[in-house]
Amino acid sequence: MDVSMKRSLSGSKAANLRQLLPSGLRNVPFYVLSGTVAVIFLFPLAWAAFASVSSTPGSAQTSGFGLGNYQALFNWQDGLPTYFLNSTILACSTVVFTLTASLLGGYAFARFDFPFKNVFFMVTLGILMVPVATMLIPLLILLKTLGLQDSLLGLSLVMSMFQLPFATFMMRVSMEGVPADLEEAAQVDGCGTFGIFRRIILPAVRPGMITVALFAFLAAWNDFITPLILIGSSGKEPLALAFTVMREQSIGIINYGSLEAGVVVMALPCLILFYALQGQYVRGFMSGAIKG
Amino acid sequence: MATASLSRPASPGAPPQRRLSRRRSRQLLGLMYVAPTVVFVAVFFIAPLLLVIRMSASQWPLLGGDKGLNLPTNYQVMADSSLFWPAVGFTLEYTVLATVLLLGMGLGLALLIQSGGRWRGFLRTAFLLPSAMGLASASLLFYGLYSNQIGPINSILETMHLSSSPIQFFETPLNALLSTTFLIVWRFAGFYMLILLVGLQSIPHDLYEAASIDGANRWQTFRYISIPLLRRSLALCFILCITGSMLAFDQFYILTQGGPDNSTITIVQLIYHYAFQRQNLGTAAALSVVLLVALLVVNAVQLVSLRGAEESK
Repeated sequence: MDVSMKRSLSGSKAANLRQLLPSGLRNVPFYVLSGTVAVIFLFPLAWAAFASVSSTPGSAQTSGFGLGNYQALFNWQDGLPTYFLNSTILACSTVVFTLTASLLGGYAFARFDFPFKNVFFMVTLGILMVPVATMLIPLLILLKTLGLQDSLLGLSLVMSMFQLPFATFMMRVSMEGVPADLEEAAQVDGCGTFGIFRRIILPAVRPGMITVALFAFLAAWNDFITPLILIGSSGKEPLALAFTVMREQSIGIINYGSLEAGVVVMALPCLILFYALQGQYVRGFMSGAIKG
Repeated sequence: MATASLSRPASPGAPPQRRLSRRRSRQLLGLMYVAPTVVFVAVFFIAPLLLVIRMSASQWPLLGGDKGLNLPTNYQVMADSSLFWPAVGFTLEYTVLATVLLLGMGLGLALLIQSGGRWRGFLRTAFLLPSAMGLASASLLFYGLYSNQIGPINSILETMHLSSSPIQFFETPLNALLSTTFLIVWRFAGFYMLILLVGLQSIPHDLYEAASIDGANRWQTFRYISIPLLRRSLALCFILCITGSMLAFDQFYILTQGGPDNSTITIVQLIYHYAFQRQNLGTAAALSVVLLVALLVVNAVQLVSLRGAEESK
C-alpha cells in the first residue's frame, strides 16, 4: 500500500509539471521571473533592517553601523519600553477578551438551545458588515460615558468586539466538529457542563484557539486608526501611533534612522509569530476564506 | 418553545415535569454561556450603531457634547463641503486602481506558486511576509524608502541606468497615488494570492487532464477552467478589496497626509478631519453613516450579482 501510494503521488506530480510547464519554457524564465518578484517583495524588509543600523543624515547613528538609532528610541518622550508595553498589554488583553467571549459563546451556540439563539448569532456575524472606521466616532462618546476614555482597557474591548464575528464563528464550527459521545460519557459520570467544557471541549479545539488568538494579537498589535481616534497622545499610545507622532513632531530634519528602527521593533514580533505559526495562519486563513 | 415541549408526549422513564425543568435549565445554561458575547455585542456594537445615527442628526461639538437635534444640517454641511466630492472621487479612483492591481497581482502570484516546483515554499513565504506586517508600520517603512534623504530607490535606478532624473514620489497627485498604491500592492498581494491559491488547489486535477487530452493550450485551460472555477474566490477577493479600499486611511494619513494640495484625501480621512480638526462630531457621524450605507449597498450588489451568476450557470 505504501509503495502504491508513493507511485500515485509521484505520478500526479509529474502530470502537474507537464501540465503547467510545456517543455522548452521549463526552467530559466520561470526562475528569473519568480526570483525577481521575490526580491522585490523581500527588499523593503531587508532595507528597513539595514537602514535602522546604519548612519544616515539626521540620525542618532553618527558613523558606521550600530544600535544608535535604537538607543535614541529608548530616550524619546516616554521611551520605547513604555510604548512597547502599551502595545503588548493591548494585544494580550484583546486576545484574552476575544478568547473568553468566543469560547463560551461558541460552546453555547454549538451545544445548547436557547431563545433568540439564531438572532444572537446573526447579529454577532453582522459586525463584519460594519467596519471599524465608521464606528469610531460613536465609540469615542460611548467610552467617555463608560469612563473608559484614554484607557488601554476600553481600547482592547473595542478591538475584541471587532474580532468576535470571526472568533465566534470559528469556535462554533470547531466545537460542532467535536464528537458528542465523550461528553455523554462524562455526563453519565456526573460531570457538569463547565467540566465538560474545560476537560473535553477546550483540549479538542486547541488549533482553532491558536488561530483566533494569533489573529486577535496581530490585529490589535497592528491597528492604527482605532488608537489614533480613541486614545490620541496621552502616554498610552501603542507603537505605531507613537512613531507616527514622533515623525510629525520632528521639526525640520526627520530622523529616518530611528523611524526605521521603530518599524523593525513593530514588525519583528509579527514576522516571528507569522514564521513560527505559518502553517496555522495559512490553515486558519483558508477555513476562514472558504467559509467566509 | 415551552408550550411545544409540554404538548409533546413524555418519553418513557422520565416524568414530563422533570424533562421540562431539565430543558429549562439547559436553556438557562446556554444563555449564561452566551452572555459575555451578548453583552459585548449590545454595548460595543448595537449601542454605537444607534448612537452614530443619533449623532449624525445632532449638533455635537467635540467638546461640549450633545446640543440637540439639527437634522439635516450635518448632512448639508457634509455635501456642501469643498472637500466632500473630491474625497468621494479620489476614494473611488483609488478603489478601482487598487482592486485591479491587487487582483491581477494576486492571481499572477498564485499561478507563479502553482507552477513553483521546488521553490514553492520559499516563494509563498516571500510573498506572504509583508502581509504579516501592520499597514501602519509598512507605511512608515515606505515613508523612509521613498524619502529623498535616505531612500535607496533613486540611487538603485541610477546605478542600473534606468532613470536619469530622480523620481519625486509625492510631488504630483498622480505620483502620490501611484506611490501609495505600490505600497498597498506590496503589503496585500500575498493575502489575495493565498485566497486564490486555495481556490486553485481545490480545482479537481481531472479537469486539467481532460483539457490537455482535448488539446487545450495553457491559455485555454486558464480561461475556460481556472477562471470559471475560481469565481467564488475571485468574488471574495473583490468584496474584501473594494471594502478595504473604500475604507483607506492609514496609508494616506502616514504617507501623503492628504497632499499635495488635498488631492489624496479619502472619506475616512475626511471623517477624521471633521472630528478633530473642525471638532464637529455631528458631521463626522453623518459621513460615517453615508460611508456605512455605501458599503452595505456595494456588498449587497456584489452578493446578489454573484448569486445571479451562479444560478444562471
